[in-house]
Amino acid sequence: MSLLRAEEISVHFGGVKAVQEVSFSVEQGEVFSIVGPNGAGKTTIFNLVSRIYDCTHGHVFFEDQDITRVPTHAVADLGIARTFQNTELFEQESVLNNLLIGCHVHRNTNLLSELFFLPSVRRQELDFRQKVEDVIDLLDLQSYREQIIGNLPYGVRKMVEIARALCLQPKLLLLDEPSSGLNPEETDDLSFWLEDINEELGITVIMVEHDMNLVTQASDRVMALADGHMVTIGEPQEVQNHPEVLRAYLGD
Amino acid sequence: MEVLQLLISGISQGCVYGLIALGFVLIYKATEMVNFAQGDIMMLGAYVAITFISLWEVPYYWAVPATILVMATVGVILERVLLRPMIGEPHFAVLMLTIGLGFVLRALAGAIWGNEPRALPMPYVGDVLRLGEVVIGYENLAIILGTALLCLLMWLFFSFTRIGIAMQAASQNQLAAFYVGIPVKRMFSLVWALSAAIAALAGILTAPVSLVDPLIGFVGIKAFAAAIVGGFGSMPGAIIGGLLVGVVEQFAGLYLPPGFSDMSAYVLLLVMLVIRPQGLFATMQKKKV
Repeated sequence: MSLLRAEEISVHFGGVKAVQEVSFSVEQGEVFSIVGPNGAGKTTIFNLVSRIYDCTHGHVFFEDQDITRVPTHAVADLGIARTFQNTELFEQESVLNNLLIGCHVHRNTNLLSELFFLPSVRRQELDFRQKVEDVIDLLDLQSYREQIIGNLPYGVRKMVEIARALCLQPKLLLLDEPSSGLNPEETDDLSFWLEDINEELGITVIMVEHDMNLVTQASDRVMALADGHMVTIGEPQEVQNHPEVLRAYLGD
Repeated sequence: MEVLQLLISGISQGCVYGLIALGFVLIYKATEMVNFAQGDIMMLGAYVAITFISLWEVPYYWAVPATILVMATVGVILERVLLRPMIGEPHFAVLMLTIGLGFVLRALAGAIWGNEPRALPMPYVGDVLRLGEVVIGYENLAIILGTALLCLLMWLFFSFTRIGIAMQAASQNQLAAFYVGIPVKRMFSLVWALSAAIAALAGILTAPVSLVDPLIGFVGIKAFAAAIVGGFGSMPGAIIGGLLVGVVEQFAGLYLPPGFSDMSAYVLLLVMLVIRPQGLFATMQKKKV
């Protein structure tokens, strides 16, 4: 059973065919990368899987459940977390609050017990705080705990966004250009963290990425897209040397 | 003593402004829409209470929660039917829609309940509390206590409950909210429910002081001024702004020539816009819905 399976998904915006009949499947425990020139439809595929856009055709299955029409907010509960190319965080809150809210999808207390902060709520909050602390340790965010997002440098924000996604305790993590805007040193760190996330936490990762070094280092398999079509899927080296991929990137 | 007496009636009137302003702010923070029908929703709340109490003879203390519940439902319906289809439309269109909604509600109220002022019968009207030489009518006391209690509840709700925090999250960043599992659209319905419920409470509390007619909703314009004075977007700012407008109005009524009292809210607004355009609590809007 594949963790995620896309069957001939397409999306059209008016006359623009952004993604056309793309099929792929991602296995449990993989790091799967999507590459392609700008406008190839990489982020659009993320938006289809994470239910921002509706597929015009095709189906998406997660753990063999058809998620093509589930509401956007239900994606987190299914076990899919994502980040965005330009980070979407709660800018006026601290790092800690941003991470804690990631845990809230797992909260199972009711309104009244929350209003009176009953022991059950207290226990759960402590539990969440512990989980957040684990994630902070994993991604080395200790020194930023109390800082407001708006005051943080871009590289740190990107890590906070990944941290928040991890707090959801997802089975599948979608990373949209995790290295964009990072300096080479930060990108190196990122590739180690990706390994930790994948191997220690056992989270399956799909990422859209331009940095071919990072892609080759971190991914098990790569899918190349061009103009909304799938060009090829395979091991990183294979894909990098595929004649059509070269043509898509470099022109004829 | 006179000053203290004026202060108290100013505060009680200011609480009503503050409650309506709170409704403005809640909706604006969450959906970036300004609901100019907020005052008319308050008027509708007052009429619903009158219907429960005078027509159907429901006991007062049952009629209050029933009215709040009915109006919260009205809020949800308005959001679902009128406002949700407007997502993505220009702000100007939404603005016109809510102004139009105000006209419709006023006409509707006139058609159903008539244009003559009506009184809301209530158990404690006419009784007074004497503190030394200061006399506070029970109806004014109810406004002040009711507002204080509501503020406390709102603070607890937004600081500690999952729904409250989810509402704050949805108003700060919708995309991020979606992917931590928050049903953002449902939160918008809830915001409308909450702000209509608060408006209903304002209507119920103010009805014994000023009689109810279809035009009492125009008080919403003063509340709008109060919300801006408080720093549009801050919940504590809305209440403080309301209190400020209420108190200034009372003092202008006594110490300035006739006519100034009605104008004072707007003078205060203009002064505030000149000296501190971001409003009183602009820095605190960070934290609240």
